[in-house]
Amino acid sequence: MSGYTEKMRDIARRLLETGAVDMVIGFRKGSLPMMNEPCFVTRADDAHCLVWDGHCGINLANYLTDRKEKIAVFAKGCDARNMVTHVIENKIKREQLHIVGVPCTGMIDKRKISAMTKGEVLAVTETDDAVTVTTAGGDQRFDRADVMQQNCALCVHRNPVIYDDLLADPVTEQTIPDRYADIRKIEAMDAASKWQFFEDLLAPCIRCYACRNACPLCYCPTCFVDEAKPQWVGKGQDATDIRTFHFLRAFHCAGRCTDCGACERACPMGINMRLLTRKLEKDCQSEFGWEAGMDPNQRPALDVYKTNDPETFIK
Amino acid sequence: MSDWEPKIVSFFCNWCTYGAADLAGVSRFEHPANTRVIRVPCSGRISPKFILSAFMNGADGVWVSGCHPGDCHYIEGNYYARRKFALFKNLIEYMGIEPGRLHFSWISSAESTKYVQVITDVINAVKALGPNQQFVKNKAKVA
Repeated sequence: MSGYTEKMRDIARRLLETGAVDMVIGFRKGSLPMMNEPCFVTRADDAHCLVWDGHCGINLANYLTDRKEKIAVFAKGCDARNMVTHVIENKIKREQLHIVGVPCTGMIDKRKISAMTKGEVLAVTETDDAVTVTTAGGDQRFDRADVMQQNCALCVHRNPVIYDDLLADPVTEQTIPDRYADIRKIEAMDAASKWQFFEDLLAPCIRCYACRNACPLCYCPTCFVDEAKPQWVGKGQDATDIRTFHFLRAFHCAGRCTDCGACERACPMGINMRLLTRKLEKDCQSEFGWEAGMDPNQRPALDVYKTNDPETFIK
Repeated sequence: MSDWEPKIVSFFCNWCTYGAADLAGVSRFEHPANTRVIRVPCSGRISPKFILSAFMNGADGVWVSGCHPGDCHYIEGNYYARRKFALFKNLIEYMGIEPGRLHFSWISSAESTKYVQVITDVINAVKALGPNQQFVKNKAKVA
């Protein structure tokens, strides 16, 4: 992915100068290492602040909801699938978007880096297959594959599905024998162990809703957690409320989630709530043969039906 | 625990299962009486929130029943519902609720004998599992 940054700046400059778009959404360096932040460029002179590296895991589709202007946006494989979902769900028009596809080789997991190094991380530099982390104690070098986000390691759609410009040649897609090995492991447990597994998984949750806010699918005007009459979910730290929140949050993403990993990345407690969304992703695939965000002309899984949908569970 | 009786919350479609329950009543069929029936306009009206809310408020079992596919009063409501239910049941069981707690059925308004059969099955299945401990909001802890 090295060399993307310069091309991005050129494209952004060109689009803004010609007036083809009103705004470019990309990334700029954050104030801390490994923390790139979304960046909204409206003047060609500001295009120089755009960057691209392995820390651009935030899903930029999240910033397109209900926008009215013409926008150019950089899209990894997962982002582009979410943009397709946005178009399907009428959250933005396809004509408003100038999608600059970014063939992606995976984002770096900042938690893995922090866990594998001692002391504060001062800087991170990367090449196509290695990552070098600088701390006060010196430099450490890692294989990129070892510090990748789990969803990127399992990704089978690295290249954008829709785009107007492509930043570089498409990268080779990964072939993964079993994307859902961890899900199958939980499915094989008995009910009590499953219950306990999720009890432990969700115990650290502080109900900050960062997972909801980072998610491009979560745009309801009033979220179910904020509804007061009736109140479906309590607002406190009650274990049942926490579980209900995670259950419903995941269920709302059924047939829409592209496993971009934004929720897990945003979680301050490091909870892997993707275990819930991926279960739904797996079921949508096995029950309805549906994969989210692959085709702007197809309605999502829960918006259509077949007369012979599976119903063995119904008496 | 021997005199424990389960509480079942049942969501019945107005156009079919609700009628079947009514028919079973006027036909004087006998069946266990552990359900609290909530009438809904269509099985497509069922939101996952309803089912979770029933469990949270102390239901030992939940039963959702609507019209047979193809017989929906609103033409296709139960087809959409069926997809939601499939994912819902899988996810709630994946999170650790016992498979016998949540039931779905298609019962037309003429099938009062099927109604009696299914209600008996549902209640027996929930009885066998005992009181529900999962997804229940423990109000005693608050106070």
